[in-house]
Amino acid sequence: MFSKFSYRTQRIIIIVAFLIVPLTLLATFSFLPVANMFWYSFTDWNGYSEKEFVGLENYITIFTDPEYFRVFGVSLYYFFATFLQMGIALYFATILSFKVRYKNFFKGVIFFPYLLNGVAIGFMFLFFFRPDGALDTVMQMIGLGDFTMHWLGNPDIINISLAGTSIWRYMGFNFIIFLGAISSISGEIYEAAEIDGANRWQQFLYIIMPSIRIIISLNLVLAISGALSAFEIPYIMTGGANGSATFVIQTVDTAFKYGKIGLASAMAVILLFIVIIVTVLQKRFFSEED
Amino acid sequence: MKTKYAAGSILKYGSLILGVMVALLPILVVFFASFKTGTEYTTTGPLTPPSDWTNFDNFKRAFVEGNMLNGFKNTIIILVISIIGTTLIGSMVAFVLNRFKFRGSKLILGAFLLATLIPGVTTQVATFQIVNSLGLFNTMWAAIVLYLGTDIIAIYIFLQFMNSISVSLDESAMLDGASYFTIYTKIILPLLKPAIVTVIIVRGIFVYNDFYTPFLYMPKTELHVISTALFKFQGPYGSEWEVICAGIMLAIIPTFIGFISLQKHIYNGLTSGSVK
Repeated sequence: MFSKFSYRTQRIIIIVAFLIVPLTLLATFSFLPVANMFWYSFTDWNGYSEKEFVGLENYITIFTDPEYFRVFGVSLYYFFATFLQMGIALYFATILSFKVRYKNFFKGVIFFPYLLNGVAIGFMFLFFFRPDGALDTVMQMIGLGDFTMHWLGNPDIINISLAGTSIWRYMGFNFIIFLGAISSISGEIYEAAEIDGANRWQQFLYIIMPSIRIIISLNLVLAISGALSAFEIPYIMTGGANGSATFVIQTVDTAFKYGKIGLASAMAVILLFIVIIVTVLQKRFFSEED
Repeated sequence: MKTKYAAGSILKYGSLILGVMVALLPILVVFFASFKTGTEYTTTGPLTPPSDWTNFDNFKRAFVEGNMLNGFKNTIIILVISIIGTTLIGSMVAFVLNRFKFRGSKLILGAFLLATLIPGVTTQVATFQIVNSLGLFNTMWAAIVLYLGTDIIAIYIFLQFMNSISVSLDESAMLDGASYFTIYTKIILPLLKPAIVTVIIVRGIFVYNDFYTPFLYMPKTELHVISTALFKFQGPYGSEWEVICAGIMLAIIPTFIGFISLQKHIYNGLTSGSVK
C-alpha cells in the first residue's frame, strides 16, 4: 500500500510512524518523571495537598537529619560486598576458562542463582538464616556451632547477612560476563606464554587481567550504582527493619508509606545525581584510555 | 612438579565443589522442606530429606490457596505482551535510526542513550503520579507500559545488530519496487531473529523476576504476578515454612526448565546484552 508513494514521501511516513510511539513512551516514562521529580523535590507535596515551594528545605533535612543520612552507611556493606562478589566471579571465571572436567555442570550451577526470582531468593534466605536453620546446622556439623547467631535479628550482623545474600544472587552475572570476556582471548597467546615458561598465575596476571580490565572497571562502576540502589533483597527479607534500610527503601517508604513525596523526590534526585556523576566519570576515564 | 600439579588440582576442584555447595545448599533445603508434613518439618533438621517424596500437599496448598495459578496467568500475559511490544518498538527505532539519517536523528539516539543513565527504582516516586493520572494504577497496563517505556537495552541490541545487515539488501529490494515498510517486515525483521532471541531472553528474565513494578502499581490481589503472589505468603503462612518452601519451588521450576532448555542462548544473550 505504501509503494504508490515516492521513496521520499515513504521515508517521512515511516520515520514518523515508527518513532511516534517509542518517543512518546520514552518521554512519558523516562524523562517526565525526572523533570517532575526535580520540581517535587522543592515542594512539601504529600500527594494530595497543594504543592508549596519550600526551597532547599528537603535537601537540608536529608543531609542533617541522621535518620535520613544514616542509610548511606548501609550502602557501604553492599559496596564492599560487590568487590568480594567480583573477586569470586573472577576466580571461578579464570579456572573455568582452562581445562576442567564437568565444565558445563560447574558453569551452570555457579551461574544459575542469578536467574532466580528475587522474592524466591529472599524467602529462601529467610529460611536459610533461621535459628537452627540450614546455616546453623551446617556450622554445627563442621564444628563452628559456637559462632551461630541471630543472622537477621542482630543489628550488627544483619547487613552482612543481607549483603551476603546479594553476593549469592548476583555473582553468577559477573561470572558469566568475565567468562565470556576471557574466552574471547585467543588460545595461541597462552600457548606462546607456556613456551616462554609462564605459569598459570603469570598467565592470569599478564594475559587475562589486561584483556578484561575494561570489563572489570565497567562492572565496578555498576557496583557503585548497584550498592546505592540496593532494594529488593533487604526489602523482601526484612522490610528495612533492624537498621537494614537502604537508601532506596528509605525513599520508597518516605514516599509511599509516609506520603512525603517532596522529601522522597529530593532523595531520589540525590541518588540520580550520584549515579550520573559516577557514570560520566567512568565514560571520561575510558574515552581517555582508548 | 607432580605433587605441585596434584595440589593445584585439589585446590581447583575443591573450590569448585565448594562453590557448587554454596550455590545449591539454600535451594536444596527449600526443596527438602517443600515435601515435608507440618510435624515432620518441626521434628527433623533442615538437611534431612523428607520421608515421603510423593507428598505434594504443600504444593497444592501453595498453588490453590496462595493464588499462584492466577500469578502465573498474569505473569504470562504481561510477559507475552511486553516482549512482543519491546521487539516491535526496539526494531522499529533501530531500523529508522540505522537506515535514515535525518535532522534530529542524532538527537533522538542521544535521548535514548541518556535514558539508560536513569536508574529505574529512583524515579518511581514521580512515575507513580504519572501512571496514576493516566488511570493505569491497579491495571495490568501499568506494568506493560512501564516495561515498554523504559526498555532501552532492546533498542541497543537491535541497533548493534542492524549494522551487520547490509544496506545492499534494502537497495536490491527497492529495485524490485518494495516499499520501506515491506523492507522492514520482509527483510529486516526476519534477519533480526538472533537479536530477537537475545531480547526475549534478557527481557524474559527481567519481567519474570521483577518485583517492584507489580508491587507498587498492581497491589490488587487479582492482578498479582508470581513475585507479588509469593510475597503475600509472608503473613498468613508465617509459621508454615513447608508451604512457603513449596511456593518458592513453584516460582523456581519455570526458571529451571527455561535454563536447562535454553542454556546456550541465555549465556550468549546476557554477554551480548550487557556490553553496551
